[in-house]
Amino acid sequence: MAQRARPLSPFLHYRWQYTNTLSILHRITGVLLSLGFFVLVYWLAAVAAGPERYQAARDTLGSPLAQLMLFGAVFSFCYHLLNGVRHLFFDMGYGFELKTARTSGWAVALGALVLGLALWFAVRAGLGGAA
Amino acid sequence: MSLRSPLRRVTGLGSAKGGAAHWYAQRVTAVALVLLGLWFAFALATLGGASHARVIDWLSTPLASALAVLLVLTAAYHALLGLQVIFEDYVADKGTRTGVLLAVKFALVVTAVIGVLAVLRIAFGVAA
Repeated sequence: MAQRARPLSPFLHYRWQYTNTLSILHRITGVLLSLGFFVLVYWLAAVAAGPERYQAARDTLGSPLAQLMLFGAVFSFCYHLLNGVRHLFFDMGYGFELKTARTSGWAVALGALVLGLALWFAVRAGLGGAA
Repeated sequence: MSLRSPLRRVTGLGSAKGGAAHWYAQRVTAVALVLLGLWFAFALATLGGASHARVIDWLSTPLASALAVLLVLTAAYHALLGLQVIFEDYVADKGTRTGVLLAVKFALVVTAVIGVLAVLRIAFGVAA
């Protein structure tokens, strides 16, 4: 049997717009948070291992590169949390009106920026600026 | 000829497997993580400099240890469900996909066990 041309996946030929931007960001931030989970356990294990190991972990997490990654994790946390709640409302059947979906999308994007910055400085202060 | 009957060869094909349970578990853990995540973020922000003694004081209280264990387990499960969907979407080759999914699951489960043991060690005061 001759091989027919297979249909293309939607993302290969659909116009780029806010819906798929928010959607792919949800996935990307989800992956980043999965990586952040390993950092969380590293931190918990360092606390359990005693003051010296804890201090060593703080030094490691205080390096500029680690701080940049932690900032990414904090922003990802805020975005994934807000957009996740938006999706929970979608799942319950609410918010599908074009205007509503667009407004909630913008609210999530701006809210994640504001909340992310606020949480970053709050957590940094709580952790003594080290991590 | 094959040992497998024609019916056996067609059942289970397509997407009608255990999708509903996966979908539902993703949402249940999402709701739990909203609460646990906000609790953990708020706790970190109010640690007042986070000296080792201060962190132990906080994390060894029964409420904080219980919530920390729940956070580790729920986050690992939610990450597992989410990463599974992503790899199923983007890794076309079935053998590679199965291998990647196994590796992801092993990594997350092992890490979750380490996290739970760390919290228990803090809770029962071995490290203090």
